[in-house]
Amino acid sequence: MLTATNLTVRIGHRIILSAVDFQARAGAITAIVGPNGSGKTTLMRALTGEIAAEGELALNDTDVAGARPARLAAIRAVLPQATPLAFPFLVGEVVRLGLIAGLSAHDPNVATQALSAVGLSGFANRFYQELSGGEQQRVHLARALSQVWLPTGPDGPRWLFLDEPVASLDIGHQLMVMNIARGYADAGGGVVAVMHDLNLTAMFADSVALLGEGRILGTGKPADILTDALLSRAYHCTLRVNTPPAKGTYVLPQSATAA
Amino acid sequence: MSASFVQDLASDAGDRAPRARKLFVVLVIGVFGMSMLALGTGASGVSVGDLILNVLRGDDMALRDRVVLFDIRLPRLAMGLLVGAALAVSGALMQGLFRNPLADPGLVGVGAGAGLGAVLAIVLGGFLPVGIAGVIGLHLVPFAAFLGGWGATLMLYAVSSRQGRTSVATMLLAGIALGALAGAATGILIYLADDRQLRDLTFWGMGSLGGASWQKMMMATPLILPVLVLSPMLARGLNMLALGEAAALHAGIEVERVKTLTILCVAAATGAAVAVAGGIGFIGIVVPHLLRLAVGPDHRYLLPNAALLGAILLVGADIIARLVVVPAELPIGIVTAVLGAPVFLFILLRSRGILDL
Repeated sequence: MLTATNLTVRIGHRIILSAVDFQARAGAITAIVGPNGSGKTTLMRALTGEIAAEGELALNDTDVAGARPARLAAIRAVLPQATPLAFPFLVGEVVRLGLIAGLSAHDPNVATQALSAVGLSGFANRFYQELSGGEQQRVHLARALSQVWLPTGPDGPRWLFLDEPVASLDIGHQLMVMNIARGYADAGGGVVAVMHDLNLTAMFADSVALLGEGRILGTGKPADILTDALLSRAYHCTLRVNTPPAKGTYVLPQSATAA
Repeated sequence: MSASFVQDLASDAGDRAPRARKLFVVLVIGVFGMSMLALGTGASGVSVGDLILNVLRGDDMALRDRVVLFDIRLPRLAMGLLVGAALAVSGALMQGLFRNPLADPGLVGVGAGAGLGAVLAIVLGGFLPVGIAGVIGLHLVPFAAFLGGWGATLMLYAVSSRQGRTSVATMLLAGIALGALAGAATGILIYLADDRQLRDLTFWGMGSLGGASWQKMMMATPLILPVLVLSPMLARGLNMLALGEAAALHAGIEVERVKTLTILCVAAATGAAVAVAGGIGFIGIVVPHLLRLAVGPDHRYLLPNAALLGAILLVGADIIARLVVVPAELPIGIVTAVLGAPVFLFILLRSRGILDL
């Protein structure tokens, strides 16, 4: 269980997040949505302990602010939006960096399995810098996965924190990554994801938190949050849910069937 | 060495660790080989073969030979190994900390600070009270260079860290500013210097192992050796830092502690190396760079391998410096620059695609 109560984040005198209450349970995908600048990434960084926040924050009953980095690393992995990589690492070496941090370090097959899970089998020997942006993003997902490879451990569930995990991916790989998250949650792990794509959110999330201007506008099941009224208010444009346009072409991930 | 060649040799699992371990063994042998070569080379014409023959025959070594071997060549070799290892390891540490393969202690003001210390000592050393000058004596210049390098690092850290967090970008920029400031102060002192001091300054600035002595070794070893031995303990942290500070934190690294320890290691090793040998460039950039291309950037192997390759290259450069203009010798900084700069440019040209500088 991830429980955040009354989280407030200030940068200088500006309040980025204001008294946010947020909960996520293991075995479910919890999505954070909202317009640009609404505080999604700030909330994510506060939830992972990367930035200091006022309020209370506990992950699996561990106080996040007071926990040592190694303790947190053993129960949750974080996939940032973009990860710079300075030196010419091989893909396999990047994924194994995740292994070092986690609890599955003794199992040499985890890195290979994680790469295969994100559709990059056979890439272990390539230079990371030679891959496309979408492939690099999936390498880091494999690294995060190998850090918390088993969705549950003797001391409770493991967690994946994903900041826009599908941002630079094509629709096929978007579905692949969301299905990995789905599988992780179904196996007992917890997934918290910042999402831009409302269709994928509707399709995969068990619970949605809608942010606007640093505040929670609503939390609940996708059907209760992704409504005309709430979305139009949050995104400052008139949106209509479940309404096909009168003409024109549209492609929805919901219509995809497994290849 | 081309990228595809490196790739062909890597194992299927994308793991270059076995190759890095093999390279370590090769480099250990290389250190011994280069050391024998260095002991047998010099202006006096005494060769290692002669010395071994002497011992085998049971002859007493000639006094002159003994002096050449134990008081001239051996301390010079020991200092070359120690300084070469220190320069290469502090380069690798600095580059890991800044996540930039071009970061070098010379770049962030540590070298400039040490230089200012040395110049201060050379130009103003005569004004010291006789008591103090008598105690420090010949070691005044190295000692002042070490203090300058140390001071520059501490100042840099104070400027660029806020509430226990260090911004790498601020530190890099502050380092350039501090370096310029130290350079300006050095310039003023050079302007004030007399002819003899100018000559000392020029030669110190180009670097040399010529002044090697057991006393200097005694001064540098306590600072450099712990860094060489303990720096691999920072390897895991530096590996994760390559993914950025946030990713390192999420992977369980105590980021601030790794950064603080790395800075202290760099200050100690660079300060002591510059202090006893002057400004020797390119070892700190070329050695880690070559090793990253050959066996990858994993600091668990990069740091020990860099120590060995740095030692080999510096002792090798010193042999060249002693041989080309016998019986005089070139400042070693010239040799490392002449050999190192083209190699460095070549590496950059060949591997532009994968390095993403």
